[in-house]
Amino acid sequence: MTEEKKIEAALEGWFTLDKDEPHLLGTRCTCCGTYYFPKETTYCKNPECDSEEFEEVRLSRRGKVWSFTNACYKPPEPFVAADPFVPYTIAAVELEDEKMIVLGQVVEGVNVSDLKAGMEMELVLDTLFETDEAEKLTWKWKPVSA
Amino acid sequence: MSNEIAILGVGMHPWGKWGKNFVEYGVKAARDAIKDAGVVWKDVQFVSGAATMRCGYPGYVAGATFAQALGWQGAEVNTSYAACASGSQALAAARAKILSGACDVALVVGADTTPKGFLAPQKGERPDDPDWVRFRLGITNPTYFALYARRRMEMYGDTQEDFGLVKVKNAQHGSTNPNARYKKQFTMEDINASAMVADPLRLMDICATSDGGAALIVSSVDYAKKIGRGDAVKVAAVSTVTPTFASAIVEMPDIATDSAAAISAHSFRASLPKKAYEEAGISPSDVDLAEVYDLSTALEMDWMEDLQLCERGQAAQLVREGATTIGGRLPINTSGGLACFGEAVPAQAIAQVCELTWQLRGQAGDRQVEGAKVGITANQGLFGHGSSVIVKK
Repeated sequence: MTEEKKIEAALEGWFTLDKDEPHLLGTRCTCCGTYYFPKETTYCKNPECDSEEFEEVRLSRRGKVWSFTNACYKPPEPFVAADPFVPYTIAAVELEDEKMIVLGQVVEGVNVSDLKAGMEMELVLDTLFETDEAEKLTWKWKPVSA
Repeated sequence: MSNEIAILGVGMHPWGKWGKNFVEYGVKAARDAIKDAGVVWKDVQFVSGAATMRCGYPGYVAGATFAQALGWQGAEVNTSYAACASGSQALAAARAKILSGACDVALVVGADTTPKGFLAPQKGERPDDPDWVRFRLGITNPTYFALYARRRMEMYGDTQEDFGLVKVKNAQHGSTNPNARYKKQFTMEDINASAMVADPLRLMDICATSDGGAALIVSSVDYAKKIGRGDAVKVAAVSTVTPTFASAIVEMPDIATDSAAAISAHSFRASLPKKAYEEAGISPSDVDLAEVYDLSTALEMDWMEDLQLCERGQAAQLVREGATTIGGRLPINTSGGLACFGEAVPAQAIAQVCELTWQLRGQAGDRQVEGAKVGITANQGLFGHGSSVIVKK
């Protein structure tokens, strides 16, 4: 008998574990409105703002491709690679409301040749790696049309 | 002008994968620079070292390490660490000391011995470290270079062939440089045959890491005149500005840019030379040649635009026309650049100044740019470090 593995975030608190509509979790300065991902909770980095007040926010699930590439070779640790290593696509996606660009792997099956700047992408959750006890999830970008 | 200092001497240890102690490279470069300057070691009052993080404690206190290796003679020391800009920060420290009147002659020196393979972060579970996080998620250094390269293709219509032209050009430049590690004149076929690392960049589009050392002897302009070197090449500006919030481009090692929801975004790369031009009181049109940090072939073209040497999106056209080749109207990376040297972090920014000095003196041999009077350098490293130095006749 095999036990079901636990599902855990590879980076705890960085995103919701909502299967259908996951969101990256950031913070927003309650004074100037600057967003932070990863979360900032001490003081606002906008040099024109002196605030120390933040609210946790879910970042937009959709954005537009700013640029993209892939990883043809296995990265060094702490990356945990499958054996044999499977190359993956990477996208930099621009979030309109937050006015920030967020990097992430692209879901399996989508290649560099399938992407274009400006293409709409949405956030999904997928396995980053597995340990004996748990399946570790990360966010990935997926073309909205796919 | 009052904020200029003289470059009396330059020296380098050839770049390679020699596997020796970094101190050996720095001492060789320093002794060559001292000889080139026509001063004696005991006249050097300040040793400004660029640190290396890969060679243990002696690397952290590089200024003292080199001062001891050259023979203690009572000089004051300083060590700077600023990733790829370490050499420029060491130069800035020497310049401040000289311009304040606290010393006349200073040695600026950096050297490194690099490990093989990918530069990887420290071990352990460290999710608070952005460098650790991005490697955990599979985002390596070539990822960033490739994102910038692909952005050029998407925005300006640059091609992989254009990136290849940069490599062919730099290989040609470096082929006769005695200090370069790679001297082979690679062809477009060689480049197309090299393995894809991070699409659109192939192995030959991305620079290696190397061992190497570089050094400068700098002095006050008055001291240079006093020893009959009033015609020495001058440092006209050293810019080491940090970025301005919010970042416009996703920078290594970050996983995201800053949010520009409340304040406009700024390009860090473009801000570095801007300060240098202001400080030197010259404009981009005065520049005869530039040494830029070509961590990738495509990045060399980003730098050309950030240095305002051409309009945004026009760099590839200049490369295609041959304008950036020696003999063209705006030679870029006459040394061969990182493409031919590979990166030796604490030495690299100093090596850029060495090349400009040889060029402005007319001592660059086969690489000589005729009539060069003004040169500019640019580089950028991790955590908001970067620099741009202007050297003029």
